[in-house]
Amino acid sequence: MSKSPRDKRMTIDEVVGELKDGMTIGIGGWGPRRKPMALVRAILRSDLTDLTIVSWGGADVGLLARAGKIRKLVFAFVSLDSVPLEPNFQRARQDGTIPELVELDEGMFQTGLRAAAQRLPFLPMRAGLGSDVLVNQPWIRTVTSPYDDGEELVAVPALPLDVALVHLNRADQHGNATYLGPDPYFDDLFCMAADRAYVSCEQVVDTAGLTVDVPVQRLLISRMMVSGVVETPNGAHFTTCTPDYERDEKFQRAYAAAASGSDEDWAAFRGRFLEGDEAAYQSAVQAFGEEQA
Amino acid sequence: MSTRADVCAVAIADAFKDDGEIFASPMGMLPMLGVRLAKLTSNPDLVISDGESLFLAGVPPLFAKADVVEGWIPFRRVFDIVAHGKRHVMMGATQVDRYGNQNISAIGDWARPRRQLLGSRGAPGNTVNNRTSYWVPKHSPRVFVERVDIVSGVGPRRAKEAGPAAARYNDIHRIISNLAVLGLGPDDRLELLSVHPGITVDEVREATGFELAAPADVPVTREPTTEEQVLIAEVLDPKGLRFKEVPDQ
Repeated sequence: MSKSPRDKRMTIDEVVGELKDGMTIGIGGWGPRRKPMALVRAILRSDLTDLTIVSWGGADVGLLARAGKIRKLVFAFVSLDSVPLEPNFQRARQDGTIPELVELDEGMFQTGLRAAAQRLPFLPMRAGLGSDVLVNQPWIRTVTSPYDDGEELVAVPALPLDVALVHLNRADQHGNATYLGPDPYFDDLFCMAADRAYVSCEQVVDTAGLTVDVPVQRLLISRMMVSGVVETPNGAHFTTCTPDYERDEKFQRAYAAAASGSDEDWAAFRGRFLEGDEAAYQSAVQAFGEEQA
Repeated sequence: MSTRADVCAVAIADAFKDDGEIFASPMGMLPMLGVRLAKLTSNPDLVISDGESLFLAGVPPLFAKADVVEGWIPFRRVFDIVAHGKRHVMMGATQVDRYGNQNISAIGDWARPRRQLLGSRGAPGNTVNNRTSYWVPKHSPRVFVERVDIVSGVGPRRAKEAGPAAARYNDIHRIISNLAVLGLGPDDRLELLSVHPGITVDEVREATGFELAAPADVPVTREPTTEEQVLIAEVLDPKGLRFKEVPDQ
């Protein structure tokens, strides 16, 4: 009998094989930063449908919306930073192709994930009071403090996830994972809010290798929160994965131009980059980079 | 006469001068310039960040890399500080109405917007937790509207209607545009505090989509001092990036 924890390495397709129509999927990272894009691309290629997506959104939301995968979106913003408005998301909203929306304040989003991670129905917060978040989501209730202050606060509903998808810089085969960039974002919270979490990473290393040149405080994710690990080099492309790579601004501009262009422009982009597997995507990206150089 | 961009930068800096030792959180180029100017002049105690995840001890030029770092401010800690309250954020505003409500979410009907914008971002939380100001680079009746289509940032009247928990820390401080400085009057309506040099009160009123309250004598926004002009032009923005947002007249 093996004395070490189980090996959770999987392929991209095996991860997507675990997903089902109608699931609630949380996508880690932040806007156009350290998004599990290889897994998102694999969802685009799959037959999955009717998904509920929970994301501080970037191109992950734009791509899934354009592909008609989203039945319900829980968001606070969708942005590409250097391209402030995500064109595929804008189009989906303006064409009314996302059937159900939940728009929260971005701090409420964290509180909702935290409530789910703590198996609570809600957590109280000030954010949302007085804003149209409570008008457009009339099912979000307030709660009155039982103490002397009697303040009426927002009861931010828990955002429980069936599955969390996150992308980290390094992981071991058991699911322990570190971020090496400036910000952990909320990837640990996504994993704890989910029944199952899948970590994609730039590189799988042995456990000792995780802390050999990295402070232990950067070990954001513990294997007990993780169901599967997949090595996807350049797997956050075209979002940031600092310090492994920064955002591919040229590619992002090409994406945004195609997304805001004609149907033919988008079909050409999709045909060139999104119809093959991840290896095909990465070689198409490399060819694109050489053209632009 | 000073450039309009420099007048705006100084007006923004003045919005942060009495804040004391808090996190100054500018969204966008001119707010970043104004906050850094305040830190170099009127309020050296301000805590500033690189807009990503670091508190900066020094005051680098716009978009330059950090020199000395004095802290770590990833998004999760930003939310902690928002709730804690030691923060003054200056956000953009696609629409602002006469009651100081702000919209960055979408234009038109929320269910099926004519134009989807960013989403409400942190505006609902900011406005009921910490001091909030807005920067409007192009003052027009399309921005200053009778009613915002969607309330992302909460003005004082809405906050009071929502109850004491919403009103307690609601603090809409300044709305600074390329034409004028506005604030909220005692009746919780926007009022004109000053017009920038060379701008008339009538010009501001024409560029505002509702009847704008103003005192009988509207002051003129102050001109930058020589020191401020040097800091702006030679230290903080030697490349003149500010003129992309507020072109020289």
